[in-house]
Amino acid sequence: MVTVRKLPEEELFLPGSVACQGCPSSLGLRIAFKALGKNTVLIVVASCTSVLQGSYPYSAINLPLYNVAFATGGASASGVVAGIRALAKRGVFEEEPTVLVWAGDGGTYDIGIQSLSGAAERETDFIYVCLNNEMYSNTGTQRSGATPLGAWTTTTPGGKAQHRKDIAQIMIAHKIPYVATASLAYPVDFYQKMLKANSIRGTKYIELLAPCPPGWKFAADQMIEVSRKAVESGMWLLYEHEQGDTRLTGVTRRIIEGKVKKRPVKDYIEIQGRFSNILASREGQEAEEMLESEVSESIKRLQGWVPEYI
Amino acid sequence: MKVLETGNHLVALAVRAAGVEVVPAYPITPQTQVVEKIADLIDQGKMDAEYIPVESEHSACAALIAASLTGVRAFSATSSHGLAYMHEMLHFAAGLRTPVVMVNVNRSLGPGWNIWCDHQDSISARDTGWMQVYVSSHQETVDTVIQAFRIAEDHDVMLPIMVNLDAFVISHTYMDAIVPEPEEVSEFLPRYRPLWALDTRLPVTHGSVVYPSEFSETRQSMQQSQTRAIGVIKEAATRFGELFGRHHGDMVDYYRLDDAEYVIVSMGSLAAETMISIDAMREKGIKVGLLRVRFFRPFPVAELQELCRGRKSILVIDRNYSYGLAGVLYTELKAALYGLSDTPVRNLIVGLGGRDVSNELIAEKAMESFEGKLGEITWGDTQITKAHVVTRELLERFQELYNKK
Repeated sequence: MVTVRKLPEEELFLPGSVACQGCPSSLGLRIAFKALGKNTVLIVVASCTSVLQGSYPYSAINLPLYNVAFATGGASASGVVAGIRALAKRGVFEEEPTVLVWAGDGGTYDIGIQSLSGAAERETDFIYVCLNNEMYSNTGTQRSGATPLGAWTTTTPGGKAQHRKDIAQIMIAHKIPYVATASLAYPVDFYQKMLKANSIRGTKYIELLAPCPPGWKFAADQMIEVSRKAVESGMWLLYEHEQGDTRLTGVTRRIIEGKVKKRPVKDYIEIQGRFSNILASREGQEAEEMLESEVSESIKRLQGWVPEYI
Repeated sequence: MKVLETGNHLVALAVRAAGVEVVPAYPITPQTQVVEKIADLIDQGKMDAEYIPVESEHSACAALIAASLTGVRAFSATSSHGLAYMHEMLHFAAGLRTPVVMVNVNRSLGPGWNIWCDHQDSISARDTGWMQVYVSSHQETVDTVIQAFRIAEDHDVMLPIMVNLDAFVISHTYMDAIVPEPEEVSEFLPRYRPLWALDTRLPVTHGSVVYPSEFSETRQSMQQSQTRAIGVIKEAATRFGELFGRHHGDMVDYYRLDDAEYVIVSMGSLAAETMISIDAMREKGIKVGLLRVRFFRPFPVAELQELCRGRKSILVIDRNYSYGLAGVLYTELKAALYGLSDTPVRNLIVGLGGRDVSNELIAEKAMESFEGKLGEITWGDTQITKAHVVTRELLERFQELYNKK
């Protein structure tokens, strides 16, 4: 069985990055690189990751890397993949490199959705990882299409009034061969999903929840704890969608099977400052209930039935 | 091989001859036949390239740059709104120093919707770092597309290049032209050798954060490359002439200019129309010549200074406008000549949104201009009426209409 200690030792994400303490992106990159290895071309969509890698002439990422414009994750992947195919015809590769796009939720849910959708529809052979911290963090915490109901951001000072959209389901609707969600609290699960994605031809979409200490207002050493509670409360569901079938994974699966009791959403949101104003108000109570029912609805959509715990 | 084809199809055949390996493209009138023809050539096995049917022009340019960064030769084509939609990525292409080639079929920008020719699209992309060349004939289109790759990919240049051809006048009309086979082009245009690439054997970070302490240097370096490109452009035109026996000018082209007292300056297919005007005026004994600007970026400052010296009067024809000032070729030329002479320079604005420009109109306006009868800027044959004018008065007219209801 794979354990964290047995992951490949080689680090392609080098020391010297300028990431914040407890940054989910740097940990996510480390694990993703361990899964994909050296023969990988990385495309980073404008985000914190464009910055945290270091500035010219230094780079903490030991892979060929192209930092692309905000709206171009999918299209840039298409260009790189086509270039690799053209080079492959000349016989320059022993093994064609994997193309990995690393984007935030702003670059995926909002400004980049067209480009991603186009690349998926063209069946471009690449892995797209959406590092979802549920806001525009690089510009200092603004609302995105991934921000959950009730969450404070600088552009939702009274809490977001709308639900987040479910982009993993949008990607499933593209009929791509592999869609998965992951959490940094379960690094082996994420690692194995990356490995599986790399073994499949076509467009693979993996979404990694990325609790951001400064943006979500919690202590830097709580990042894994917040990641875990997101899954335990059902606010982040772990699953894989392959060949038309959805399979719940990890803790999410055990909750649905009744082996583990689901935590109330409150357990997850009360450890983050971004929900604190909301929780104190009467509307906040409603928001909390609405988040609980959003969790139920999501599971219902995935499984076709409302699980036992409700 | 000599073929009878539209300008757009000739672009596709030239792209095939140039050994392009990746073509991301999105259709837009009047460029569509370029990408249709390329898709067709690939489908028939006559061209070995990866065609990426992207979902927008922004993505077309993004994929173009990304493909080029892997070290292959990449091409795209667009027009008008498509070029405007790419604008962010135009800066990216130049800033990343990707030597891509793109054909822009010159078309106006709406509103109102208008699919016909003017140069507003490419002129609006002037300051993106791309080289820009304007062609005036079908054969020149073929030969310039081939030369463009050699110029862009020269390691002294490494900048993208936009080949501009006029909507419908060139894009949709049939003319015979000679299109070389890929084997005939390979000596003039060997396989692209990138300076750097997205290569797992040598991991390099492209497009990282650059602080103010280094950013200006990256931009100054782009200008140095634009300057060096002038020599590369001339060298490419000369070498192409030696190998293929055709020469369309380099930075500029000219017609009956040697003894000319008066000069008409323009770009694109209008310059070809102007040659007829010049013949007519010459018959009347007026010593007039044409100076056709081919490369708009890098701008042919030295050539214009040399060729405009000692003339009595100059008329610049613009098929574009910089609102709040004047036609852009006009202001650029005046800047190039500043302080060198007192020769009057006048500006004629014609052919916007595909408005027909006859050689008679050019000759008539040129005569008026050379006789000193025209002001600084003349709007060709426009007939602006109350129906076109937007002033405070307009509200009163609308108010009357509302009151009637």
